[in-house]
Amino acid sequence: MDFIDPHIHMVSRVTDDYETLARMGCVAVSEPAFWAGFDRGTVDGFRDYFEQLTAVEPKRAAQFGIQHYCWLCINAKEAENVSLSREVISMIPEFLDRPGVLGIGEIGLNKNTKNEATVFLEHLELAIKYDQPILIHTPHLEDKYQGTRMILDMLCDDSRVNPDRVLVDHVEEHTVSEVLDRGFWAGMTLYPVTKCTPDRAADMIERHAGERLLANSAGDWGISKPTAVPDLIFTMRRRGMDEALIRKVVHDNPVEFFSKSKQFHYTPR
Amino acid sequence: MSQQTADEILDASYLEVRAKVLELAAVLDRLDRAPGGTERSPRRDQLTQAIEMLLADDPDRAAKVQHWFSRQYDPDWKTKLGVETPSTK
Repeated sequence: MDFIDPHIHMVSRVTDDYETLARMGCVAVSEPAFWAGFDRGTVDGFRDYFEQLTAVEPKRAAQFGIQHYCWLCINAKEAENVSLSREVISMIPEFLDRPGVLGIGEIGLNKNTKNEATVFLEHLELAIKYDQPILIHTPHLEDKYQGTRMILDMLCDDSRVNPDRVLVDHVEEHTVSEVLDRGFWAGMTLYPVTKCTPDRAADMIERHAGERLLANSAGDWGISKPTAVPDLIFTMRRRGMDEALIRKVVHDNPVEFFSKSKQFHYTPR
Repeated sequence: MSQQTADEILDASYLEVRAKVLELAAVLDRLDRAPGGTERSPRRDQLTQAIEMLLADDPDRAAKVQHWFSRQYDPDWKTKLGVETPSTK
């Protein structure tokens, strides 16, 4: 089955992973800007990173017939440096018209601090000013519930934000309903130990009928599995779930959500 | 609604769940054997109570356990952090 991984950090993966993904049916990926594993010190460090996301990765993906899209921001972990964050936010418009740039992301919270909230709100202003869709990172483990509610508060406090153009990622059992009930799209991350397993994701799909739900691997430089979406497909099939429902979650929903960006020019094969 | 019957789910997951229960039992034994003791550790307490939550007759155990391991949401967080959003300006 053709699938799209809507959240994967390919800059951290070897080229073999693109080949494996292609062999397993991956037709497109979207790569949000994220933390490199260390705090970058200058705006030029981010400029180079955005160059890699918008110019290098699409070429690497294309070798295997995979369409590569991306999202731009300074992530929540680096938002404690508010002055650098503001420099990066000012620089992002240089890249917004590049092919394949879908919007602003993954913005969000990490430890739910004042500086993170300030930088999140300034990213929202940027997205609104340039009419961009938004991809959101929610915190990990014990901070997830509190952080997700804070993010939803900030989004819902602003009448200019259209929930139908916002994907809230890394939802789990205790956050998925609130995200969907408020009209946002929700992403489930299949990531060992700290996030969701294929079976638990299939449970959430069963409960919410797959409406506005996406699944991703969030494959990155940590212990993660870039082929987690095919694992979900396999799990859903093993459980006898309908092929149309599987396709909706792993292909049709990403296409529908990404189509809210004018930069999404997807060609199904 | 699940596509599988309860019996089918049990057939498919019995050995896996059995292994997970054994793993839990072994970790608790290991903690008991280890020097230092964890009887007064809040994390040990949190794990014990989470395990007890699994025995409840409740269709939302996964969400309840997630909440049990989560920090509370404070609706007054914007005032406490001094954060202004369009609705508070």
